[in-house]
Formats: sequence, C-alpha cells, structure tokens
Amino acid sequence: MEFFSEFFSYLGGTAPSIAAQGMIWGIMAIGVFITFRILDIADLTVDGSIVTGAAVCIVAFQSGMNIWVAILLATLAGMLCGLVTGLLHTALGIPPILAGILTQQSLWTVNLMLAGSSLSFTFFEQDQLLVVPLEERIGNTDLVLVGLVAVVIAVLYWFFGTELGASLRATGNNPNMSRAQGINTSFAKVLGLVISNGIVALSGALLVQYSNGYNINMGRGAIVIGLAAVVVGEAIVSKISSGFIPRLIGVILGGIIYFLVYQLVLFFDIEANLLKMLSAAIIAVFLGVPYLKKRYGKKKAKKEVKTNA
Amino acid sequence: MLEIKNVTKIFNGGTVNEKVALSDVSLTLEDGDFVTVIGGNGAGKSTILNMVAGVYPVDAGNIVIDGVDVTRLPEHKRAKYIGRVFQDPMMGTAADMWVEENLAIADRRGKRRGFSWAITKKDKAKYKELLKQLDLGLETRMTSKMGLLSGGQRQAITLLMATLKRPKLLLLDEHTAALDPKTAAKVLEITDRLVKENSLTALMVTHNMKDAIAYGNRLIMMNAGKVILDVKGEEKKNLTIEALLEMFTKASGAEFASDRALLS
Ligand SMILES: Nc1ncnc2c1ncn2[C@@H]1O[C@H](COP(=O)(O)OP(=O)(O)O)[C@@H](O)[C@H]1O
Ligand SMILES: [Mg+2]
Repeated sequence: MEFFSEFFSYLGGTAPSIAAQGMIWGIMAIGVFITFRILDIADLTVDGSIVTGAAVCIVAFQSGMNIWVAILLATLAGMLCGLVTGLLHTALGIPPILAGILTQQSLWTVNLMLAGSSLSFTFFEQDQLLVVPLEERIGNTDLVLVGLVAVVIAVLYWFFGTELGASLRATGNNPNMSRAQGINTSFAKVLGLVISNGIVALSGALLVQYSNGYNINMGRGAIVIGLAAVVVGEAIVSKISSGFIPRLIGVILGGIIYFLVYQLVLFFDIEANLLKMLSAAIIAVFLGVPYLKKRYGKKKAKKEVKTNA
Repeated sequence: MLEIKNVTKIFNGGTVNEKVALSDVSLTLEDGDFVTVIGGNGAGKSTILNMVAGVYPVDAGNIVIDGVDVTRLPEHKRAKYIGRVFQDPMMGTAADMWVEENLAIADRRGKRRGFSWAITKKDKAKYKELLKQLDLGLETRMTSKMGLLSGGQRQAITLLMATLKRPKLLLLDEHTAALDPKTAAKVLEITDRLVKENSLTALMVTHNMKDAIAYGNRLIMMNAGKVILDVKGEEKKNLTIEALLEMFTKASGAEFASDRALLS
C-alpha cells in the first residue's frame, strides 16, 4: 500500500513536467511525422536541427533579443537545415537517409561554432523565458505549450488542406502519379523537409528553455524519440479516428507517454540508458507487427482461396 | 498534335546490358487521331510513351506537342499537355488519399498549386456528376480511400483523372491488361467514350489485336524499337487479325512473338 501511495504521489507530482516535456518532444515528433508519414522519408537531419534550434534560440536570446524573436529565428534556422537536406537529396540525387546524415554531421560543427559545447541561462534570464521547469511556473509552462501545440496543429491542418499541401501528400503517397499530374515532386520533398525541420527546431528552442541551457549532445537520439512518439500515438488514435487533427494529437500523446515511461524508469531506479534500447524496440515492434500481420493475413487469404477452389 | 522526330533511346548505353529500346522512331499524330499500338514484348511500346511523357530523357531526336518542343521539359511540366493511364492500377492514383482528393489533384494539372483549398464544394459536386457517368456506383465512394477500390474502379477513375483537364494528348499503356475480361471491356468502353466526347488525341498500347482493330482510327505496330506498320482510314476499318499477322510477318521477317496477343 505504502508503495502505491508513494508511487502515485510521485507520478502526481511529476505530472506537469511529464506533460511539458511530452509536449515539447511531441512537437518535435510532429516534425518527424511530416517526413516519415506524409513524405515517406526517414529524415535523420532532426538529431542536428533540434540542437541548432536550441543553439540559435539561446544565442539570440543572450544577445538581447526577445524570447519570441529568438524562437522564430530558431525555427527559421531549422528550415534552412531542412533545405540543405532537401537539396542534397533532390538536386544531387543523394538517398534521403544519407542526405540527412550528412546534414546532421555538418550541423554538429555548425552548432559548436554557434554556441560551443554548452551554454546556460542565468538565474535572471529565466524570468523572461516562456517554458521553465520551476515548480511555481510549471502550470504556466504547460499552458503556453498547449497553446503552441494548438497553433502548430492548426497551421498544419490548414496547410495540408491547401492545393500545395495536397501536392506534398500526393508526392509521399505516389510520386509517379504526382509527376503525371504535374506536381514537382522534388520541390514538394524539399518543402516538406523545410517545414518538418522548422518544427523540429522550434521544439529545440523550447527544449533549451526547459533544460535551462544548451548542450551539444542534447539532440542525440531525437529521431528515435520522435519515431516512438509517432508510432505509439498512431496506435492509440487509429482505433478512434483517421482524421488529420486526431492523428497529430495522437503524436503529442505519444510524446507524453514517452516521458511517462521515462519517469517510471527513473522511479524504479532502472538504468536510464536502457530507455534508448526500449524506444528502439518499441519502434521495431510497432512498425514490424502491422507488417507481419499483413503478410500473415495475406497467406491466410490465399489458403482460403485454395480451399474454396 | 504530336510529332516524334527521329527519337532514339538506348538503355544502359556502353555496358554489356546495352539495349536499343527505340531506334530512330518518327511518328506524327494529327489532331483527333486515336492511335492503337501493338507489338510483341519488348518492342518499345512503353518506352515510346515514356519518352513522350518525359519519364526518361531521349538520347536523340525531338518531341513536339502542339507546336511546343518539349524535349527538354521535365515530366511534371509536360503533364500540362498530357493525361496518362498506366498498366498497373496502383500507379495512377494515390492509394491513401480519398477518391475526391485524387480527382482534385488531377483537376489542377498544369496549374500552379498555391494556398487555395485543395478541394471545394463546387469541385465535389462536379466530381460526383462525372463519377455517376462512369456507371460504376463510384459516386457514393467519394470519401473512400483509393486503395480500397478494385483495379477496374481505380483504372476508371485514373481515366477520369487523365481527362478531367482536357489533355492535348492521352497516353494509355496497356491500361486494361491487369483487369479481368469483363472489367477490361467496361474500361475500354469508358476510354472510347471519353476520347470521343472530348475529341482527344490518343495513343493506346494494347496487347489485344481485336481491341487494336476495333478502337481508334489508326493502328501502328512496333517491333525491335521501330514502327513497322502504320494503317489508317478505310484500310484500318477493314483490318482483320489474320491480315495483321500477315503484315507483321512481311514487315519484320519473323512470326509475331506474343502468344498473348493471339490468344485474346
Ligand atoms: N528502365 C529500363 N532500363 C533498362 N531497360 C529498359 C528499361 N525500360 C525498358 N527497357 C528495355 O527496353 C526494351 C523495350 O521495353 P518496353 O518499351 O517496355 O517494351 P514493351 O513494348 O513491351 O512495352 C525492352 O528490351 C526492355 O527490357
Ligand atoms: Mg510495355
């Protein structure tokens, strides 16, 4: 009994910060969703562009800019990262995974030159930040994040409902058909990568505030967290709705669940490094099971046909 | 309407796998020509359509559509002039998008895609009417994912998509080959109606000699990357399969290679 009360009070106490971190990484996962689910590209730029977002945000802020301006600049920087990957892929014909890795590698250097290996906000600066983990401001932080999540989802809903947005969806779905219908699929892919990495860098700009500082390693494994949030979120929501907004909300939920699991791991004193393998395993299971089901299902169907004949 | 001038296409040039798919082919289609294309496997039928559509660059020669030299234009820019239906029913539509979304994408072929809504109420009413005319009950499936439809339904919709914005040229590459005979006949009938209603200029590859004779006003036969036979007008109307086979043997100095064509 005592164990449970301790457990639940622990979870209750950390709920606002689980929500906050979940939403921050959930926004990043929405960026991953755009490339992975809409464009059908596994984009590894994100491990770098999330750090670039963080670096640009803190450097801009510490040079005296308003935090909103710093966040905006971070987002633009992320879009630029996406542009580089997009051009490496479409203009130079480099496979998208490799293009992402090349950009990610270069961003390591860029980030080091921008912000060194680590940077912290001072105690006084914290007052002007939007999202902070301090107990007395965590409620406010959650509200700000809910607002940002809503804006990101609303903008994407609008965009993918436009002619241009539809051309991106078609490109990811069937590039042959898209070209036959006059869609410049190279442009569509570049644009998708630009938008995706802009969102990823936005989440980096939020993360740097929440972590009270920047570290060159803060993006390591981001793609895995993003993909985990995407597949877990989809698994939850797909039973209820296939609409675009529910799917995006599912991705945010996926991010929150990820941090819930993370807190559990901490609570049970499990080696936190195990989490990386766990995330990878989750992705493998969630992507592999539907595939196997499909294959197994097909075989079964064939057998049935045979017995009928 | 279409001028193919001395087009040559060599795949894997300079390697042991070098393959001359088209060898100095010239062909001119008049406005309103509905040309059926036959020939054995590997004769270059798909390649000639792909050259016109810009899927691969030509190695030599020029392609002119309605007076515009499109030889250097990329595929998506040529799409402004061309409607296409492929052999594989999966290839012509986006499987995860709705029927009406697919049609809306096709309805904006050749137009700059901007920030207007991808599909409007007016569009939906128009598509519903067009789907009704297909007479396949598809007007009730406007918000079904394309991937849930049968091959025949998908080909019928792809045809609609190819002709929604009247193309200067319609390219059909064995678009009924993957369908069962009854569905194939239905899709062919829809093809013929759409071509006539919109007075389109069309190139239709088929493996079925009977269909090649029955449809269109002109028939060409290909062999080993060349056009070896071109029949039009009265002569085309009076063609028989036997006559066609005889012509093939005479023109190519070999028996017609495709058993498929004989059987069907
Ligand atoms: N993308 C390609 N790469 C290499 N060879 C090709 C390619 N496309 C077609 N070919 C070759 O070109 C020849 C003509 O092919 P195709 O036009 O597809 O014939 P068909 O008349 O059956 O449609 C064939 O020998 C084929 O193997
Ligand atoms: Mg072919």
